[in-house]
Amino acid sequence: MTRSTRFTLLQRLLHWLMAICILAMLFIGVGMVSTVMPKYVPLLATHKTLGLAILVLALIRIAVRLRSGTPPLPRDLPPPMQLAAKLSHYALYALMIAMPLLGWGMQSAGAYPVVLLGGFHLPAILPPDAGIYTLLKTAHVYLAFAFFALVLLHIAAGLFHALIRRDGVFESMAGGTPRNETAPAK
Amino acid sequence: MAQPSPGPKLASLALIAAVIAAGAGAFAYTAGWFSPDRLTPARLVQAIAPAGGPALGHRRNHAKGICFTGAFEANGNGAELSKAQVFVSGTYPVVGRFNFSTPDPNAADATSRVRGMGLQITTPDGQVWRSAMISPPFFPVATPEAFYALLQASASKAPDAMKSFAAAHPEIAAFGAWAASAPWTASYAEDTYNGLNAFLFIDKSGAAHAVRWSLRPQAAVAPIDHDALAKLGPDHLEQEIAERVGQAPQKWTLVVMLANPGDPTADPSKAWPADRKSVEAGTLVVDKVEAERDGPCRDINFDPTILPDGITVSDDPFPAARSAAYRHSFNLRTAEEKNYPRSDAAQQGTQP
Repeated sequence: MTRSTRFTLLQRLLHWLMAICILAMLFIGVGMVSTVMPKYVPLLATHKTLGLAILVLALIRIAVRLRSGTPPLPRDLPPPMQLAAKLSHYALYALMIAMPLLGWGMQSAGAYPVVLLGGFHLPAILPPDAGIYTLLKTAHVYLAFAFFALVLLHIAAGLFHALIRRDGVFESMAGGTPRNETAPAK
Repeated sequence: MAQPSPGPKLASLALIAAVIAAGAGAFAYTAGWFSPDRLTPARLVQAIAPAGGPALGHRRNHAKGICFTGAFEANGNGAELSKAQVFVSGTYPVVGRFNFSTPDPNAADATSRVRGMGLQITTPDGQVWRSAMISPPFFPVATPEAFYALLQASASKAPDAMKSFAAAHPEIAAFGAWAASAPWTASYAEDTYNGLNAFLFIDKSGAAHAVRWSLRPQAAVAPIDHDALAKLGPDHLEQEIAERVGQAPQKWTLVVMLANPGDPTADPSKAWPADRKSVEAGTLVVDKVEAERDGPCRDINFDPTILPDGITVSDDPFPAARSAAYRHSFNLRTAEEKNYPRSDAAQQGTQP
């Protein structure tokens, strides 16, 4: 049985939609906590709304991935890079799920009502607790920087596949024509 | 796989490095790391701290305060202005905090001209309205940037710092005149608490009304002078309000003032003329007072942008700035709980 060399259209759509959401999210997050301007209020509401959107999209994406699978990595990709690719993707998925939950959880523990754009209210998922708030907030902040670093690494690796290895990995998500020289691992 | 020549390979590596550097740079710029002059929540909060540093575990401003609980009894009159459930005739639970303006939780009462009330009203639809109001009838300065400059001038050792601040921000003169002439009271129950910032009330038709609100005491006001207040002791206000509420609930009327077209909504240093239409929307009833250390207001951030559906921020720049600064203060103090332990934690700490 041969595996496709490309992600399905739905997977590619989800990937690029989430790429925009996550990059916007990280920039909004780091920007909103460093300003006292009026934009702080809509940025915060947007941050919460995008966070819920990312959580939902991530859950859909994982379900789709479990059903559709992934194209194989090139057979000639060195094992350490294969491992790095796998681990970094697990970390990205974990962060897509964990960050919105940490944000939602910390708002709940901080006794903040979670109000999204349009006035939509989310229920609290934790009882108020200042200690838990501090813990979750600290995790949310540090993991945000880790998330951004991982996104940069992901972009660098994608470009490395596209420009230097030219092994079809980038195209499997970018949607271009798969290269003839791609040699599937299986 | 095709082997490109080393030249293009180096160019590709350089391109990748450039993309990553640009991404990291944009992120750092957004975070303000290249902008030492940006007014951040951290800088604003830092500027409030006294020379010896902030009181860890406490609110960074209005640090001395006492919790209360009670109810807001809406009379229904506000419902014509805002669709928020809090204005529908009914009784809604309240948590709040009496306080005065100081970074020192042990400051003596007579050291501060500005008293405040933090208030949270919760309605059965799950919506929350938080507000933090103060006793002056208008704010000392017109913008958050000017407030930061005022903090810096107050802390400055330069002999003419305040003089040059006043020259650049003439609105401070009106506040100075109020502070010098307004009567003091010897009770939190006798003070008026003004929201000062303009908000928009959204009614059922979707129309927006620019408003400011105040809580006016129903208790008789007995003015005293500063020296008489000082003689009552450093903690008179908290002792008095606890005793007074122990004897009878204390009440305030929520007065919502409507702007006329053209009234300034973006500048809380300018009071609206007293003849503006106002609506009495209900009564705040305070029936229990508790110390802050273990009290229900301790871990509530009275962030003025936490509003129910039916109230929104206006073009007044202060609520956003206050929200950002309060949140930073909340983050700091909740992480410093060991410096302001709850009494159960303190007792556990003394066990062998």
